[in-house]
Amino acid sequence: MIMTTQANSSARRKVSLPAAPTLPFTHHPGSALSVEHFSLAEITHLLHRAHVLERENPLMRANRLARRRLGLLFYEASTRTRTSFELAAKGLGIDTTLVSNLSSSIEKGESLKDTGLTLKAIGVEAIILRHNSSGAPWLLEQFTGLPVLNAGDGWHQHPSQALLDLRTLLGHVSPRHFTGDAELTAETLKGYTLTIVGDILHSRVARSNMLLLPRLGAEVVLTGPPELLPEIAVTMGRDLKSGGIRIERNFETALEKSDALIMLRVQTERLAGLDLDLEEYKKNYQLTEERLAKYAPKALVLHPGPIIRGLELTSAVADGENSCILEQVHNGLPIRMALVERAYAALDALEMPTLFGQENRR
Amino acid sequence: MKTILIHGGRLLDPAAGVDAAKDLLLKDGRVAEIAGPGKIKNTGDAEVIDAKGLVVTPGLVDIHVHFREPGQAHKETIASGSAAAAAGGFTAVAMMPNTAPVNDSPEITRGMQAAERGARVRVFPIGAATRGVKGEAINDYAALKAAGVVAVSDDGLPILKESTMREALASAARHGLTVIQHAEDTNMTAGGSMNAGPVAFRLGLRGMPAEAESQLVERDIRLVGELNDLRPHYHVAHTSTAAAIVAIRKARRNGMRVTCEVAPHHFLLTDEHVAEFNTNAKMCPPLRSAADRDAIVEALMDGVVDSIATDHAPHAAHEKEVEFERAPNGITGLETSLGLSLEWLHHQWKLPLGRVLSLMSAQPAALLNLKGRGTLAVGSFADVLIFDPNAEWKYDAAKTLSKSRNTPFDGWTMRGKVHWTISEGKVAFKAEA
Repeated sequence: MIMTTQANSSARRKVSLPAAPTLPFTHHPGSALSVEHFSLAEITHLLHRAHVLERENPLMRANRLARRRLGLLFYEASTRTRTSFELAAKGLGIDTTLVSNLSSSIEKGESLKDTGLTLKAIGVEAIILRHNSSGAPWLLEQFTGLPVLNAGDGWHQHPSQALLDLRTLLGHVSPRHFTGDAELTAETLKGYTLTIVGDILHSRVARSNMLLLPRLGAEVVLTGPPELLPEIAVTMGRDLKSGGIRIERNFETALEKSDALIMLRVQTERLAGLDLDLEEYKKNYQLTEERLAKYAPKALVLHPGPIIRGLELTSAVADGENSCILEQVHNGLPIRMALVERAYAALDALEMPTLFGQENRR
Repeated sequence: MKTILIHGGRLLDPAAGVDAAKDLLLKDGRVAEIAGPGKIKNTGDAEVIDAKGLVVTPGLVDIHVHFREPGQAHKETIASGSAAAAAGGFTAVAMMPNTAPVNDSPEITRGMQAAERGARVRVFPIGAATRGVKGEAINDYAALKAAGVVAVSDDGLPILKESTMREALASAARHGLTVIQHAEDTNMTAGGSMNAGPVAFRLGLRGMPAEAESQLVERDIRLVGELNDLRPHYHVAHTSTAAAIVAIRKARRNGMRVTCEVAPHHFLLTDEHVAEFNTNAKMCPPLRSAADRDAIVEALMDGVVDSIATDHAPHAAHEKEVEFERAPNGITGLETSLGLSLEWLHHQWKLPLGRVLSLMSAQPAALLNLKGRGTLAVGSFADVLIFDPNAEWKYDAAKTLSKSRNTPFDGWTMRGKVHWTISEGKVAFKAEA
């Protein structure tokens, strides 16, 4: 890196700076920490595997990873992500065990590191982690050396959600990409505009989608009030080679250009210190049947859930024909089967024993 | 105490304006004699240090360290911290009062300086500016000063309340003490764990805005102006933002006694170094933007910065091996400050060696009025650093003399190898041959 500094008021000169940080460790090839870590080729393959696994005879499928072990480590409430990861693993024949912060030694003060090492000692080969602290999956991976599948960390990332959102969109836009029969490229979603609505500041789903969809050529529009959508959010798009990210504060203007919407729940539990008028929010950003019919009658309506009917969207929209909300839930399972399969494939490719007592595989 | 004769070295004493081949005789903890090469006779009992090819300079002074004693000896003690200081070339450090209990009494101040603490170099306590560092009632500065404090500060926490800060500045001025501010408007940083900006947004972490520092510095400078008749000395700890530098620069142009220090991590690293949630890149104030870092470098070059200080803040490994948001703030720094400053400020950015050494010794000593330190003029304390300014080495945190290893500089290339550190005439550190 080169920078210019003003040594004296007159003479500017160039000086070198310490190199950008080298990452402290290499990630496990089976981990799914951030959607950034997946190449488009890898995502194409995941979509293909999701499609194959979904259609496979369940009895055959259950032989794929029979009696392998997986830990589900949940520090935060979850319905969809937990059940679909659990059923995905079980569908492949894996034995799963669930550790939740409310019914485990985590309550007694056991650290994330020690919880992870304990699961590893029990013979767990991969861990699905949901955590309320951004970055927690990185820590867990570092200390266990196991593949870690990020099931949502703080405000940061939720890669499996972005992948299932993509699968849902492709199911409507491009069946050949949906099945993974056509390679994803920087053109796949060219001309496609997707609008993320609402509480973007606190949303890991928003961040993951912002890091994924523009890579396929999509235009991502963010809309919401400044308290929930700070201007700085557009910097997420500053290194993009394709697609783009921009802010449009007026919901209706944003709707007019949208091919699809991702509605977000206002995360009232994370609003500490924010003075948000929910009535005002509803007035400006609630997705109603009228708004949808008037400004974006053809737009797909996605929502990562849980939905709060009557807040970010009305009941009629949630149950209406534009809604893909339950389709997303349905798509989650095959995507997560593909992610779990990938983790164990990576473990096996490393050809190292995974039994208790063995050192990390790196 | 043994008499020490240092011969064959290049004496570089910026405060005295000396840069020449000189021999030194250290006797009874003081500099007894300085003369041209070979001019001092060894009367037979002096330990002779061969400083050929080395620089002999006043021992370094770090006016911002946390030694965790009393209360948190698992992180650091005065003995272990001062051993790390000696290894880093320091002969005097000023220790912040946020121990447990807080140093807000003459008893604790005296306890920190007691011989049984086992300090390897001189440790000067800084007293708490307010009772219990709660930011409300100010302490008895006369009593603290009599017990040995060299400044007052609530470091780790700001003195936020305007009336309290005004009182602290006025009282400190009357007693000839400096008020050191940890400039952080905590109303703006609550829940934050790194610099506010694109990186924090991307990482999904609550940010600490630069204005939280600069606005408090601006407020304080206004108070210094209002109290001008008392000539208070206001010092900004660990300055990290371009805007704070602007305010400090302006205050000094207006003739105020406003000084500041910067830490090596703030002139070398940016918030990008948090990378993938590296808790050893978490401190307060946090690593800032590239623009802030550039402004800090510029301020070092053009003299607005008065001192390099490490903010050496040790934490045990298990305390740092947690979720980023839960990890405590702070990194160690005593063993890397000289090596990083020489590598970057001197070798890479061409700041003259004397200026770098002055920022690490003469200026901080003067800033806290540490008489007889920061120079090797005859009669001053025999606080000496003997080092090779060109030797290149790699820092290995596993070999630290500190009790903690929480540094982002593990494995970094350093310049300037410390050969001897002599504190008041006693060898405090000697490099392995």
